[in-house]
Amino acid sequence: MNHPDAPLKVEDLSAFYGDMRAVADVSMSFAPRNVTALMGPSGCGKTTLLRCLNRIHEIAPGARTEGTVLLDGEDVYDSEMSVIELRRRVGMVFQRPNPFPTMSIFGNVVSGLSRSVPKNDKAAAAEKALRSAALWDEVKDKLGRPATALSGGQQQRLCIARALAVEPEVLLMDEPTSSLDPISTLSIEELMTKLAEHYTIVVVTHNMQQAARVSRYAAFMLADETRAGRLVEMDETSKMFTKPSDRRTEDYITGRFG
Amino acid sequence: MMAVAENAPRPRSYGLAIRHAISFFGTALTAVCASIGAICLLIILGYVAVQGIGAVNWTFLTSLPAPVGEPGGGIGNGIIGTGITVGLATLLAAPIGLACGLYLALFGRGWFPEAVRFLSDVLSGIPSIAIGLFAYVVLVAPFHHFSAVSAAFAFALLMLPIILRTSEEAVRSVPRTMREAALALGLSEFVTTMRIVVPAARPAIITGLLLSIARVTGETAPLLFTAFGSPLWENNPLNPMAQLPLQVYNYAISPYKSWHQQAWGGALVLILAVLVLNVLARAVLSSRWRR
Amino acid sequence: MFLIAIYAASGFFVLLVLLLFASLVKGSWPALAAFGAKFLWTSEWNPVTEQFGALPLIFGTVVSSTIAIVLAGLVGILAAAYLAEFAPRWLARPLSFVIELLAAVPSVVFGLWGLFVLAPFVRVALAPSLQHAFGFLPIFSGPISTGTNMLTAGLILALMILPTVTAISREVIVAIAQDLREASMSLGATKWETVSRVVIPAARVGIFGAIVLALGRAIGETIATTMVIGNKPVIAASLFAPSYTLASVIANEFTEANGDVYIGALLELGLLLFLVSFIVNGLARLLLFTVLKGDRA
Repeated sequence: MNHPDAPLKVEDLSAFYGDMRAVADVSMSFAPRNVTALMGPSGCGKTTLLRCLNRIHEIAPGARTEGTVLLDGEDVYDSEMSVIELRRRVGMVFQRPNPFPTMSIFGNVVSGLSRSVPKNDKAAAAEKALRSAALWDEVKDKLGRPATALSGGQQQRLCIARALAVEPEVLLMDEPTSSLDPISTLSIEELMTKLAEHYTIVVVTHNMQQAARVSRYAAFMLADETRAGRLVEMDETSKMFTKPSDRRTEDYITGRFG
Repeated sequence: MMAVAENAPRPRSYGLAIRHAISFFGTALTAVCASIGAICLLIILGYVAVQGIGAVNWTFLTSLPAPVGEPGGGIGNGIIGTGITVGLATLLAAPIGLACGLYLALFGRGWFPEAVRFLSDVLSGIPSIAIGLFAYVVLVAPFHHFSAVSAAFAFALLMLPIILRTSEEAVRSVPRTMREAALALGLSEFVTTMRIVVPAARPAIITGLLLSIARVTGETAPLLFTAFGSPLWENNPLNPMAQLPLQVYNYAISPYKSWHQQAWGGALVLILAVLVLNVLARAVLSSRWRR
Repeated sequence: MFLIAIYAASGFFVLLVLLLFASLVKGSWPALAAFGAKFLWTSEWNPVTEQFGALPLIFGTVVSSTIAIVLAGLVGILAAAYLAEFAPRWLARPLSFVIELLAAVPSVVFGLWGLFVLAPFVRVALAPSLQHAFGFLPIFSGPISTGTNMLTAGLILALMILPTVTAISREVIVAIAQDLREASMSLGATKWETVSRVVIPAARVGIFGAIVLALGRAIGETIATTMVIGNKPVIAASLFAPSYTLASVIANEFTEANGDVYIGALLELGLLLFLVSFIVNGLARLLLFTVLKGDRA
């Protein structure tokens, strides 16, 4: 699976926690302005792979990577690359909503913006991000309230707005609905489809129905006998679910696996 | 939709150098703060060692205090007195503290255990001088007589919360299944607890005990009006008794240069004892983890 | 049988603490009866005329503890941030251990060092230079006649409670969920920005609890304070003036006190310390309990 115009590419990437190899020799590219899903059973390295893309992986003690991640052709692991700049260009949404508990709703949305941004611009950016995250109408009258007062689904959309406010090119989502109820899940999924018009989205999910609903492309990963996650295959999602080319993918999708 | 971004393109690297500089200095500041405590400890230890080492010798450790102006003299009776008092306090506090800790660990729910925990926390926060007053009121005033026993009682009250909480946590960390398995074999509560649960929790319990001993060994305030001090060899705990921390205190606030020297020497002995107890306490605990 | 024994021990323990409170109340009754609430806000402390007002002692206790808590709070929180967030792992553990050892140093040793090393330093170096730079402030004005004064007491107390602030704040910061750090860093914040704007604010309740707990220690500290504060029951604006604290008065005067009212007044100071530490520790427990889920230092 190769997209020539992919903003984000991975080449021979391996990721380690100390001596343990969690991801082994993965190469893939992510289609621009589309949702790509990373699927697989738990422990297959999909989350670790995602965390390598914005170099959050490396903040764990003993964590390191080998191989290349290219963002617009630049190696993100190059010493010239500012990791801060990288993380502004590659946003991330986490498994569980994690608004900053001491900040207001507004404070959360603009928390990634530089302090030198004038107040008016901040307000405009916050409104835009909240509108993009389909949260504006629900919170526009209570921007000063603590973020923790929102419901779980609203908190997660707030976290999406927070990531969008710094205007990333790529959005990484790590099982963004795993802690939400079905109705909130639906609203996040609709939002992802809409966001895909502007952003390149990579979403980790263990929920195959979700992958089928939201993603255009999908990658299936599996841990090998040394517990290192490897890419089994990557294709258009519709094809993966109808005629996967690898037997192991078929086993997983039809539920014969784990 | 992207209009705002195009009108006001995000400044890419503007300010990044400044942010990195602030981050660097902020981090450096935290490192400096973290080293302040360590440096102060080293300075104090260094001072006590340098000033005290000259005073410490065999005679100093084994003889009675000498009157002002006379050469020699030592802290022998203070060392013995502190040993006796702390030993008595341990004998008083350890069984009660351990029993309370067991009670909390095994039957830790409900209002009464919560009350015990709360009072233990309260007791651990009460200034030692107030505890000393209490010991005075119940054990000194009624008998019109200062005594080492009253000091041991005050020390025991200072040790109790530490022993109680560490033994509760130690016993709690023993898997419940271990206790249930023993009970299922038909062993009594007492046998189960003493032969199965307590041995499994022993290192942590001993650590707590050593820490509580270290806590009171250097304690001075309650001694002022309980043990009171004595210039003699005294080994009857019902009488006033010399105490090492008290000797250091009295020598330090005296106007005599030679006594200041003795104070530094006593402080060196005291601080070594306390540090050894602390290091020992942690060594016991980490030996369990290594196993 | 065994169960009865451990129940009895716990009951005995509870009785003991209640007895502690009761006996302090009973002992201080002559003073409570003689002065009532006036005890707290009159400033005459005169054993000869048997007039006892605790205001100068409360003042000395509050000011010396405030100096201590401001200094130790600032340094301790930053130190905790270093140990929890920035220090390399090989350094964090031994450094934490050394700082905790500082808490093990007996208070009489702090007092000895304060009296012979810190107090002369304050008198000849620190106080004059503070006065030189900030002499227009009332707290740094006035004569510097002695090294045993409010400032020295505050500094020694700060050093003594620093390990408490550091160790507990460190625990609280470590307990902050990792995904909050990741969220902040994924927005492009530096480690420092993450710690100072997200992690420490998120830990603020627990850190406040640590500070309150340390405040309790400072208020009740006796021997070291007694050795360096100068022991004069006066209320002065200058930090270079000697002062006196509740605990120091008890330490200095109790064995020489005679008469029910005098002893009662000293016991009432003890009762006051008991009540203040009860409130302070209750508050700290409340603040820390939810954060650390009961396993505290």
